[in-house]
Amino acid sequence: MNMLKGAKGFWSSIVLAVVFGIAMQFLITGEIINFFYVNTLYFIGINIILAASLHLIIGITGQFSIGHAGFLAVGAYASAIITMKLELPFVLGLVAGGVAAAIAGLIIGIPTLRLKGDYLAIATLGFGEIVRIVFLNIEYVGGASGMTVTQLTTWPWLFGSILLTLLVIRNFTNSTHGRACISVRENEIAADAMGINTTYYKVVAFAIGAFFAGVAGALYAHNFFIIQPTNFGFLKSFDILIFVVLGGLGSMSGAVLAAILLTIVSTFLQSYPELRMIIYSLVLIIMMLYRPQGIMGTRELTSFFKFGKSAKGGVNDGSKNTVA
Amino acid sequence: MEFLQQLVNGVSLGSIYALIALGYTMVYGIVKLINFAHGDVFMVGAFIGFYSITILDLGFFPSLLISMVTCAILGVLIERIAYKPLRNATRIAALITAIGVSLLIEYGVIYVRGAQPEAYPGDLIPATSIDFLGVKVSSQSLMILGTSVVLMVLLQFIVHKTKIGKAMRAVSYDMDAARLMGINVNNTISATFAIGSALAGAAGVAFGMYYTKIEPLMGIIPGLKAFVAAVLGGIGIIPGAMVGGLLLGVIESLVSAAGFSLWRDGVAFVVLILILIFRPAGLFGKNVREKV
Repeated sequence: MNMLKGAKGFWSSIVLAVVFGIAMQFLITGEIINFFYVNTLYFIGINIILAASLHLIIGITGQFSIGHAGFLAVGAYASAIITMKLELPFVLGLVAGGVAAAIAGLIIGIPTLRLKGDYLAIATLGFGEIVRIVFLNIEYVGGASGMTVTQLTTWPWLFGSILLTLLVIRNFTNSTHGRACISVRENEIAADAMGINTTYYKVVAFAIGAFFAGVAGALYAHNFFIIQPTNFGFLKSFDILIFVVLGGLGSMSGAVLAAILLTIVSTFLQSYPELRMIIYSLVLIIMMLYRPQGIMGTRELTSFFKFGKSAKGGVNDGSKNTVA
Repeated sequence: MEFLQQLVNGVSLGSIYALIALGYTMVYGIVKLINFAHGDVFMVGAFIGFYSITILDLGFFPSLLISMVTCAILGVLIERIAYKPLRNATRIAALITAIGVSLLIEYGVIYVRGAQPEAYPGDLIPATSIDFLGVKVSSQSLMILGTSVVLMVLLQFIVHKTKIGKAMRAVSYDMDAARLMGINVNNTISATFAIGSALAGAAGVAFGMYYTKIEPLMGIIPGLKAFVAAVLGGIGIIPGAMVGGLLLGVIESLVSAAGFSLWRDGVAFVVLILILIFRPAGLFGKNVREKV
């Protein structure tokens, strides 16, 4: 019975989301909202995917990765090669971006995920930089001057990708695999002792996170007209990190909310980029000093509507430990 | 001869990395925190040096001193304001704070003075070069090498022969036991930050003199590479940081010499990932067993 209830809420939220998506599509094609806002909307969408994908790695599995822009870059370049060089359809580019990033995630994840905490952070940061430098040195993709890409990202593709990302990550989190990942986050040694193959789950979460970051990269590349290695420096990684940290390490809705909020804020501060970064950094510091669990902690948005009675089960089962 | 020449260049570059890496390694050894802001303290040091040379019209050594003192104060301020309240927080919270502090310094400097680069005056010390076995060693390289060696010897003296050095070693060995023995842990940690940041400031001036160009974001890459150097030598181990820095500088120069100068920045990270996989304790470190 309880399961059916959950399913009802699940399907109704999907229907709601689809209705919202179609409504937005009409607003965009009818040119009711102007180009500037549409562009902001696209950025918000891409950032939502990035935030959710990093949330899976940091928030759920507790693996502190700060090289997420590397996967974004792999996805962006892979998809751009598919659509621009090989002239294949955009959908293949999206898939290729995701798959390429997931493979990169596997390659980097299998050796580095044996490391913990600080070392993992630095290794992933190093990986992000290596990816950037590799693209900088490949003439085929334009080297430092970058690669021109036609604008192919449209609202249906973007919206579909967001929906798919959130669905997959949500269901993964609530599955056996997700629970195993959470146990790795809470206490890796204990999880190991309970017979959970921690390495396997860490790598799986890493690869799935990387896959969606790659999809986001594909959307990003085809929205931006030009992709350059400098777009994927580690400031980009920090941008993504701050969504997850601000939203609450362990809360997907928190990460999504933070992505929406911060993208809007940074759009308004676009003409003052250094002021934006100062605000970002102050937010990070103050957040860590006074509320290290982020805005939402590990709670999800939906838990606010449940008023405690059905709040058992799910990720928000009163586990007070967070990654932070 | 080309090889020897690159070796000399690598040693100069490496001694700058080593100076920065010392700060990383000392701070990590004592509070187990990757002080991401360390690279930015290095940047601030370079700018302080630049301003004291151009505006105050001072020579190399007075500027070096001013820069070291200012950076030491900056380091202590960072520690007291941002890191001290987090001493009992999780590692990740501290790491994120460090990233925040780093961004704050970078963009604070850009906000105050703009992002444009600045050219270090080239006539700071007479530009002669010595031919040694067919290798040209410029006076700048010698000066950088000399400064770093003197500072490292000084550091070894402080750490091993003075009271504060003994306190630092005690705190890094066991903070609680040190506190029980009557050591003022807070002051010791501040002193560590001060010494580490002063070394970073010196490295900043040396870097400015060697590369002649400084800019507000210049601290990121050398900072990360210095961290790689610290890990390479075994983080928390002072001689390890020196050797790691020199080794990394030499590796980079040899890679450039082999014709892959564009890949130079990547090499450091490849070294990092390799060392983390095969010998996570570093060259000088001992493997410690994990206890539950």
